[in-house]
Amino acid sequence: MLALFALVGGLLLGCFYALFAMGLNLIFGVQRIINLAHGDVVMLGGFLTWDLYEGFHVSPILSALVALPLGIAVGFLFHRLVLPRLDRARDVETMSLVLFFGISQVIEALGAIGFGPNERSLPTNAIPSHPIRFLGETFPAYLFVVAAVAVPLLALFVLYLYRTPLGLQTRAVMADPREAQAVGINTRRIAAITFGVGTALAAAAGALAIIVLSGVQPSEGADLTIIAFAIIVFGSLGNPIGTIVAGLIFGVLSQLAQVYLPAWSNLVPYVLVLGTMLLRPEGLFGRRTRVA
Amino acid sequence: MPEHSASRVDTSRRPRLLNEALGVLVPVVGFSLALHVDNNELLLVYMMGYVAMAQGINVIYGFTGYLPFGYFGLFGAGAYAFGIGVTHLHWPAFADLALGGVGAVAIGVVLIPLFRLRGAYFAIATLAAALALGDIVANPALTSLTNGPDGLNLGSVYNSGEFYVSSVVLVAVSLLAVVWLRNSRFGLSLRAIRDDPYAASMMGINVPLRRAVAWLIAAALAGFAGALYAWATSFFYPTAVFDVTITVLALVFALFGGVGTLWGPTLGAIVLYSLYDIVGVTDPQAFQLIYGLAIAMLVLFAPRGLAGIAAGIRNLWLRRQEREVNRATA
Repeated sequence: MLALFALVGGLLLGCFYALFAMGLNLIFGVQRIINLAHGDVVMLGGFLTWDLYEGFHVSPILSALVALPLGIAVGFLFHRLVLPRLDRARDVETMSLVLFFGISQVIEALGAIGFGPNERSLPTNAIPSHPIRFLGETFPAYLFVVAAVAVPLLALFVLYLYRTPLGLQTRAVMADPREAQAVGINTRRIAAITFGVGTALAAAAGALAIIVLSGVQPSEGADLTIIAFAIIVFGSLGNPIGTIVAGLIFGVLSQLAQVYLPAWSNLVPYVLVLGTMLLRPEGLFGRRTRVA
Repeated sequence: MPEHSASRVDTSRRPRLLNEALGVLVPVVGFSLALHVDNNELLLVYMMGYVAMAQGINVIYGFTGYLPFGYFGLFGAGAYAFGIGVTHLHWPAFADLALGGVGAVAIGVVLIPLFRLRGAYFAIATLAAALALGDIVANPALTSLTNGPDGLNLGSVYNSGEFYVSSVVLVAVSLLAVVWLRNSRFGLSLRAIRDDPYAASMMGINVPLRRAVAWLIAAALAGFAGALYAWATSFFYPTAVFDVTITVLALVFALFGGVGTLWGPTLGAIVLYSLYDIVGVTDPQAFQLIYGLAIAMLVLFAPRGLAGIAAGIRNLWLRRQEREVNRATA
């Protein structure tokens, strides 16, 4: 049954999409900045995975874990070096958008110079490739591999956000930066750490993206950013749990479109983001406080 | 939003009028005579298109504060409307050119509801819309209308004299539009809306209508630029006209020169597009790197562009004059 295939496959892919979009929403939630270089960080994670596999035969599953500390360090440093200058601009929101637009171009160019403009993909035996039978349907194994990596990472992230002191402080800043500062939270430090965590999540998602998209190329960043943005807008900006639900729904929608309307399936993220913004700008789980 | 301060409101009227007149005449006369200096006609037509689009970004971003990342969608719409006029309607070139402008304005009208979104969301929503439009145009399912991913061949209407003159006219129109906005009640009301939409609507300004008019002016400029690109290029793929690089260029040109000014975007487009022609064509990646860095640096170090730097130098000079006067009188 095609519908069942699309539903199960979509839910498995949706776990990846949730992880993939989470970093963007986290950074937005804390600082009201839309990181337009998000998709380019995913791309870099993909190339890291490819290099590690080609050079040292490191499994992509392991690369996803390697990407985490690397992403935190790079994101934290970047935030410390660049963002303070931005505070002096009059219209921080639009200016940050232009800034990250430029940075996205820089990463894309560096990616093309460093890795060449062509697509690179992992050999099929990089991950278990034996088809899996489930509920009477046969699924490619990569769907289960991707979900098996994404779900624990997401669980880890949710634990971090809801069960650690740092996560509590992060959520306090997301709820109201000024009040958070008033009760003694170092919002600047939290913002930098969060930027690192968001970058790490994107880089880890990159290790899976090279499997899901069956390859990685330097120019994929902008499209990926739009997909991630569609998911976080749909699941309500600043709401991490909403992003998980929206990621699952997006996975199912894109699989359904691929099964029933293959020629138009590329349009799913665009329709989703435009439709949400025009019909229900607060998203699925919108709170009244959301600004748009 | 671009910076704005009391110092930008000139108190003396006459030097400003002269400045505006020169700001229109010098580029128009310059481009009219440019072929005698540099016979690379295609380069000049593209450059004029970018002058018009940098001024289009100036109109919509400089005067309303809304930044359309999806501006290239309107350029592509203009190019394809022109192409469909040639291949399907078999209209003469000037009618197709008009169709290009109309096509972009029609897409602009469709996108007007996006103005309900605040700045940053508007920027990304237009980007999504433009990418979607590019996908739709290039879709193999529409091959009968747009020729799908295989692009359009418009060699039948190629006429180098006509599209060159049309480009000069487009530059003139874009500059006059900016002059009008800088000196009219309408432009003043746009700036009032940009600075505080609530206060402006309290003063009886019809905020959505005026924003929409500015947006459609910018859309028409991009549409004509796209149509002229199509006319001059003769053969192009959908990926060439629905390319985010077009927004990047127009935005960098406008920011580099300084939005809200008349000269800034013109100079930005002429200077930087010449550079692009030297570096970008042979080594697109190096070009992308340089321009990406340029955007980041402009935001971080010179958010008001050349105009801001010039104003800074002038202020410095004035202050020193003042000091000297003070010392002399003391």
